Amino acid sequence: MIDIRTTLLAVGAAALALAGCGERPQVIQYKQGTYQGKPDTPAYSNAPFNGNRAQWENEINSRNQNQNEYVRLRD
Amino acid sequence: MARMKFLCDAERCIECNSCVTACKQEHEIPWGVNRRRVVTINDGVPGERSISVACMHCSDAPCMAVCPVDCFYKTEDGVVLHDKDLCIGCGYCFYACPFGAPQFPQTGAFGVRGKMDKCTFCAGGPEPDRSEAEFRKYGRNRLAEGKLPACAEMCSTKALLGGDGEVLANIYRDRVTRRGKGGEVWGWATAYKLPNTPGGAQPAPAPGAAPAAGGTKS
Repeated sequence: MIDIRTTLLAVGAAALALAGCGERPQVIQYKQGTYQGKPDTPAYSNAPFNGNRAQWENEINSRNQNQNEYVRLRD
Repeated sequence: MARMKFLCDAERCIECNSCVTACKQEHEIPWGVNRRRVVTINDGVPGERSISVACMHCSDAPCMAVCPVDCFYKTEDGVVLHDKDLCIGCGYCFYACPFGAPQFPQTGAFGVRGKMDKCTFCAGGPEPDRSEAEFRKYGRNRLAEGKLPACAEMCSTKALLGGDGEVLANIYRDRVTRRGKGGEVWGWATAYKLPNTPGGAQPAPAPGAAPAAGGTKS
């Protein structure tokens, strides 16, 4: 009986002692001054521009000119 | 392309709040959060001026400097964005921002402060472009659609301009030249001041416009 109890105690203690080994770190290690979040893709990387930055800039530029009513009135 | 900027022409703003409404509608902003506001100075007094205010996406953004978890980043087009998955809602950015741009939804129990929300220049955030997750967290990504911010494109008097800073400066310079006054751009120097230029990066004054404060007499 003593052997079984001792064995059970030993197994329980070992399980408790090893429980911490499976834990993952739950606190992010922040580095001051550098962005820590997820990466972002440029605005032109997906459809309809598919990575064509020049086409995207042309589209933005034409939209920008729409804010100049002097240009719009001349048309 | 240089970088994205906002420019508000106080001579033109009529306090219609269509920019505020456009922003709310475009991004389905919850009640109590205002990414853009219209501020009126000397309200009711002859000569009052109104200005549309939101995140100006500063050149040297103070919110980025004070964030304790470094959740801010700047895109290659100069748009200041943040990762809501990292934000802890501490409010430091609100105290640092000269424009009062960061907003905090208070939808939880006991008025608990949520994660920071602010103008994204309609550029979404660090989620797949035009995805459901991006829309839910940051709103619509109009830049990825080749469009400019809804507030600026919706402005009826074109007081609020948004887009490439050089193009905006040219539009504004042309405008001031024609009307011969109102060459001061509110908040421009605060937001886009370059480190080595004490006066800030103001658009070149138009002929006939009043000299800026602190300028040299000729």
